[in-house]
Amino acid sequence: MSDALKAKIADIFEEPGCDKNQAKGTKERKKGCSKPLTPGAAAGGCAFDGAKIALQPITDVVHLVHGPLACEGNGWDNRHSATSGSSIYRRGFTTDVSEVDIVMGTGEKRLYRAIKEAITRHAPPAVFVYSTCVTALIGDDIDAVCKHASEKFGTPVIPVNAPGFVGAKNLGNKLAGEALLDHVIGTIEPETITPLDVNILGEYNLSGELWQVKPLLDRLGIRMHACITGDARYREVASSHRASVNLMVCSTALINLARKMEERYGIPYFECSFYGIEDTSTTLRTTAELLVKRGAPADLIERTEALIASEEARAWARIKPYQSRLEGKRVLLYTGGVKSWSVVSALQEIGMVIVGTSTRKSTKEDKERIKELMGGDAHMVDSIPPRQMYDQLMRGEADVLLSGGRTQFVALKAKVPWLDINQERHHAYGGYDGMVELVRQLDLEINSPVWREVRRPAPWERGYLEADAEPETAVFAASA
Amino acid sequence: MATVVLSTKSCAENPLKSSTPLGAALAYLGVEGSVPLFHGSQGCTSFGLVLAVRHYKEAIPLQTTAMSEPATILGGADNLDEALVNITTRMKPKFIGVASTALVETRGEDIAGELTAIVAKRRELDETKIVFASTPDFEGALEDGWARATTAIIQSLVEASAPGLAIPSVINVLPGVHETPGAVYELKDLLEAFGFQARFLPDVSSSLDGYVPDVYVGTSLGGSPIDEIRVMARAVHTIAIGEHMRPPAEALHAKTGVPVSVLPTLTGLEASDRLVALLSRLSGRPVPERLRRQRGQLVDVMLDAHFHLSGKRVAVAADPDLLCTLVELFTSLGAQIVAAVSSTKNSPLLAKLPCERVYIGDLGDLEQLAKEHQAELLVTHSHGRQAAEALEIPLFRIGFPIFDRLGHQYRPLGGYRGTRELVCEIANVFISRLHEHKPDDFPLAIPPQPIVEDSRHVDA
Repeated sequence: MSDALKAKIADIFEEPGCDKNQAKGTKERKKGCSKPLTPGAAAGGCAFDGAKIALQPITDVVHLVHGPLACEGNGWDNRHSATSGSSIYRRGFTTDVSEVDIVMGTGEKRLYRAIKEAITRHAPPAVFVYSTCVTALIGDDIDAVCKHASEKFGTPVIPVNAPGFVGAKNLGNKLAGEALLDHVIGTIEPETITPLDVNILGEYNLSGELWQVKPLLDRLGIRMHACITGDARYREVASSHRASVNLMVCSTALINLARKMEERYGIPYFECSFYGIEDTSTTLRTTAELLVKRGAPADLIERTEALIASEEARAWARIKPYQSRLEGKRVLLYTGGVKSWSVVSALQEIGMVIVGTSTRKSTKEDKERIKELMGGDAHMVDSIPPRQMYDQLMRGEADVLLSGGRTQFVALKAKVPWLDINQERHHAYGGYDGMVELVRQLDLEINSPVWREVRRPAPWERGYLEADAEPETAVFAASA
Repeated sequence: MATVVLSTKSCAENPLKSSTPLGAALAYLGVEGSVPLFHGSQGCTSFGLVLAVRHYKEAIPLQTTAMSEPATILGGADNLDEALVNITTRMKPKFIGVASTALVETRGEDIAGELTAIVAKRRELDETKIVFASTPDFEGALEDGWARATTAIIQSLVEASAPGLAIPSVINVLPGVHETPGAVYELKDLLEAFGFQARFLPDVSSSLDGYVPDVYVGTSLGGSPIDEIRVMARAVHTIAIGEHMRPPAEALHAKTGVPVSVLPTLTGLEASDRLVALLSRLSGRPVPERLRRQRGQLVDVMLDAHFHLSGKRVAVAADPDLLCTLVELFTSLGAQIVAAVSSTKNSPLLAKLPCERVYIGDLGDLEQLAKEHQAELLVTHSHGRQAAEALEIPLFRIGFPIFDRLGHQYRPLGGYRGTRELVCEIANVFISRLHEHKPDDFPLAIPPQPIVEDSRHVDA
């Protein structure tokens, strides 16, 4: 690992904006954010994965992975980060380094030629180059190649130094933020600036969730200058340094970016969420207050309250019809972070019972919120091993599992309803509209007729005749 | 005969390949009670895992040695050791298949040696069979990884030849990576029709066929039982499917002396005939009536289908053996292969294909070639969807990964019945897009106009 990268990582571990980090002692802080990985019992992506997740939604640039095939070949075009314009970001570009490149040390040359080919073929506004374990290990200097290529071709070529072996996904998110700070943000001046300009950090427009939220800002005359990075254009991100306020969603994935933008460009930020009705309102309210402090017209606050009141009422009215169908149903919430509590209030409001919520990735504050909402910490669970979760579901301890893809098959093999609320989800759950959609999807899932079908005993099982002998068949059998 | 054209690009665009270690993992999943383990960074496993889950719509018990940067520099033996012990304690597998990745191979560690030392030292690993295959990502693709893992299993688990013990009713089958669980079922049926019992290695038909068991299973759901792998020497014959299975077939032959037939494919009339003839000869039984009927049905479907495929311009991209199968099938029905792209050059059969050129390349190449030659159909895995959208032509999905359609694992693909189904599927793509003729469709119908001198331009 280069010294520059070592320094970067040390810097991230020291991040003063991160509460979790600040709660630690000096010695503990040096060890880093993520728990050390256990060989043979680890799950989740690497730092490269995290960096790619955070930057890939920039839709009009080429994302070029410098490494052997698997890093890009096994992972491209796999997320539902939506675009309203270019779709070049969905294509998979890789140098696919060969053994010859590794042995002969021709990796840098191959990278340079690859950048040239990508620019010739697609003329993108920028190329993002990702290092990986192997190319970092053989000492390819992607910073130098990118610098040289930028000068030679007149197109910004951005090095992203986050090889997989430096840590987990979350560290990769932050290293992606560093790449934006070092090479992108502030390199282009915006064409227009208004006191109502904001950026959203850490929103990736999965299944189009940004478009459930942006109309709310539009209605208030708040201009989203850049979303970093959902449905983003390179130019928007590069000129995002003149906004008045940064809205930081997705917990602390890009905390370093938010804090350093405040430090460098004086843009205040706050942590917020567009998951859940109450949270969406709080986010809008805080945005308005901060904008007014920064010189926006004072009536913004009033207009925001009016919007919140009407949108909350509209959302609850749309959710109400589901109450009778969902009341008393028991939910096991297995996600973590903000989502461990942000959807809880909506579910409770319609009478659903939260039998457990996982706090694997939650901060101290997240946990406080859960206690507040659920009256104590009785229902907080850490990680549940799959076998144990399967047994719990088989015993009928929950009517639905809300989780991510990793536990999908635990629920399905137990023939228990399951709803995806993590990154691979196909439905959008952002803002007021998204919470209505979540409730609708819960109803469709829990009350689907398929559960009755798949739980029927097979003809050779006990209970088949009692449960299902159709009268006609029985009569026919008797008379035969 | 085709010219094999190597790529001169430095920037692969829209990869056609899936990685070599992933091929190995899929093979390991065809062993009973197994957990495949990637020796690499946790991302190597995570990407492969997610892709396999998207393809099979099943939990995949793939694990990682979680190499960190210091471990990469100092050597990964401790990580391998710790991973094996953790997996064994936690999941109690019968079998762990280790596949190396580019990361550990770049450093050039002696992983096989380290593994031997670990197994000798650790008593808690005594009950678990552990196998290692070297599968760096920078060499080969899915077919190579699958074949190497199969070879590794043969070398470490199969007991050497035991002459005189052959059971006349047992046949070994070494299926290729593109034989779906459905294809394995189909072949089992065929073998049974001749009174044979088949021992598949790997056997994904009981581990990746999509199934709801009555109890929680953390390892592979099924697969070849280790006790059966051990006694593969007792079969009368071994059938390997696909050129990439030649090395494992040779390894099995060298170890057991059981005679081997390597069949390039089971798809197509000729290929099915060859298999049926072989089985009839080996069993000394006539071809059962049921199969004769199926052959007739396939012939009938080919007659019906060829009207829809004749002269159609088709662009195909796949791993070498699957590519050969598809090119032969489409050509046999009268279609014209205007672009053939292979993920690797690792098959001598590529040069024998009935098309002008075979490119070693990616889906970017497929898209470009298909565009240049005005292809009417793309044939490749699900990642071909971007090219199909851009070119506005249909995509026939086959291979790995298929993540945006259900049911691929049940496609029988080979034999008379499997080929019959496949031919119908292909023809239906064209039938569903039958062209409504319009007056402008016939530009050559108008006789050429006589050239009229332009009288307005007399000398000024």
